[in-house]
Amino acid sequence: MENQNLNLLDRALGLDGPSEPWPLSGRVVLIEDCVETSGSFVLHQLVKRSLSPTSSNVIIFVAFANPFSHYDRILRKLGCNLVTQRDNKRFIFFDMLMLRCPDVDEGKSSEGGLVLLYEKILKTICGLPGDKKDYVTIMIDDISLVEVAANGGSDYVLDFLHYCHALTSEFDCSLITLNHEDIYSSMERPTLILQMEYLADILIKAEPLSTGLATDVHGQLTVLNKGTSHRLGRSGNKIHNFHYKVKENTVEYFYPGSRV
Amino acid sequence: MADTICRTLRDGGLEGEHAPALTIKDSKASPFGFDVFNYVLTQLSNYILAGKSQSRGLVVVAYSRSPSFYVDLLKRRGIDIASSHDWIHILDCYTDPLGWKNWLIDKDISQEASSLSSFCQDVRNLDKLYSLIIEQGKGLIGQGKDRFSIAIDSVSEMVRHASISSVAGILSNLRSHDQVSSIFWLLHSDLHEIKFTSVLEYLSSMVASVEPFNQAAFGQRVDLENLSMLEQNFRKGKFHVRFKRRNGRVRVMCEEILVELAGIKFTPVLSEDEIINQRLLPKVQFNLQLSEEERNERAKVVLPFEHQGNGKPIQIYDGRRSLGENKEEALVSTGKLQPDEDSGKGQIIYFRDSDDEMPDSDEDPDDDLDI
Repeated sequence: MENQNLNLLDRALGLDGPSEPWPLSGRVVLIEDCVETSGSFVLHQLVKRSLSPTSSNVIIFVAFANPFSHYDRILRKLGCNLVTQRDNKRFIFFDMLMLRCPDVDEGKSSEGGLVLLYEKILKTICGLPGDKKDYVTIMIDDISLVEVAANGGSDYVLDFLHYCHALTSEFDCSLITLNHEDIYSSMERPTLILQMEYLADILIKAEPLSTGLATDVHGQLTVLNKGTSHRLGRSGNKIHNFHYKVKENTVEYFYPGSRV
Repeated sequence: MADTICRTLRDGGLEGEHAPALTIKDSKASPFGFDVFNYVLTQLSNYILAGKSQSRGLVVVAYSRSPSFYVDLLKRRGIDIASSHDWIHILDCYTDPLGWKNWLIDKDISQEASSLSSFCQDVRNLDKLYSLIIEQGKGLIGQGKDRFSIAIDSVSEMVRHASISSVAGILSNLRSHDQVSSIFWLLHSDLHEIKFTSVLEYLSSMVASVEPFNQAAFGQRVDLENLSMLEQNFRKGKFHVRFKRRNGRVRVMCEEILVELAGIKFTPVLSEDEIINQRLLPKVQFNLQLSEEERNERAKVVLPFEHQGNGKPIQIYDGRRSLGENKEEALVSTGKLQPDEDSGKGQIIYFRDSDDEMPDSDEDPDDDLDI
């Protein structure tokens, strides 16, 4: 990728190399956050990078948390126009705010709703022109709300995620999901989030500093990049840790102690 | 030691005996179970291809990866199954495990099976799965008395769709089938109740657990202190194997795991002293380690004021001795070293500056200075 003010997060994800093939192709990324440190900014950053002019990515954005206008406003400040991208068919937005799949009858089960959502995603990918089919990124914001939509059926959510995972191997697309770690912290065995961590090739954790609150630092990001074997071969396991500060139009990433 | 496991699977079971079964167990803190699974899979495949194993075929029940993943994996290890696969079959429980693709209105999106793999579209029905596995295995080995091996890449996935007892049932039935030579499976222990893990361990003749290299680092918030330990956990791990012998004896072995670019590597575990020395000693140009002789000498030194633990009461020297001892001291204070009776014993000899001086004196020795 050309020099587009690459930051530490880009480097940790391997986005500082050539943009073709897309380094996240065929990989599953899980963003974990908590109430004190929201991880949505990571998702926004990935949207911006995926839609950069040098890449051919198409994003299928499955939004359970916020409407289109919310993401549009935020990405505009980051320098990315979602309306244009939507018109260019590079940003396909699934509005799931009603917490149910459109066209689902009331009588249909939660599982049925997720099957239909999966079908919708699959059809969208298959309906893309040939050159775009290999560069799809599926983003889900966020998994805890998918669980709500499934009436707490975390098994159905896991089945749905499994089928999305199968898409990454069938079409080489990337799957990026967000979940809140602290929701499950009181459970003895938080199966859903553990399963997601096992599925993920890259785990990005946004958490507060171990030393507590600070004004100049909003939190720390830990990126665990599993060198999982995929079509392109194997890269070594790498772990990155750095701090961040979320500002109005950007997010700053820096190593601990390196800020003046 | 990992090779010992592979050889046991290769040798299979005796007539009338249950097939050897391996459980590979890992957890989030050290998630290298799948790498170990792939290692065992590759080794067993090599043995089968070389004709060195009891089994003549391998059925891979793939829940967590697609068949093409295994094709690529084996190809990278030098085994090209795309062109010749009369010895291996992959049962695809990954692509469409619940038959969702059958529900789709538009059936143009369906996939074709190949001769290398076949679909299982209902993983909830373990009886059907059992029949599929046996059928595919028999298809590989033909009519004779040959046997085949089975690899299940995730029993954790299997138990999501079926009850613990039915999973235990199918594994037990597979183990006791007279045409199954050996069987192995992967399990993520933190996803299940201990009951399920225990059930599987009872069913297995070998249990291989992958544990974190640094136990303490897990579960804490990341900070500069535990980051390096986390990094180590991410590349290294400990590998414990418990073997159940035919005679009932249980043997436990230990190795270290290193996850590299080329795959996973097993190394013998260093003794604790070596590990501590390696970790704590800084790399400098002088020797900070003690030799064996030096260590022995050091152990022999009798420290003052230390209770030797030999039953004698503690004697604290207060600087004053009886007349008899004074004479000895006078001799010593002239500078000649008193020859020790026991020259091999180290001693710390303390000379008081003056016998006139009372111990614990309130006087400040610097009082006579005129500053």
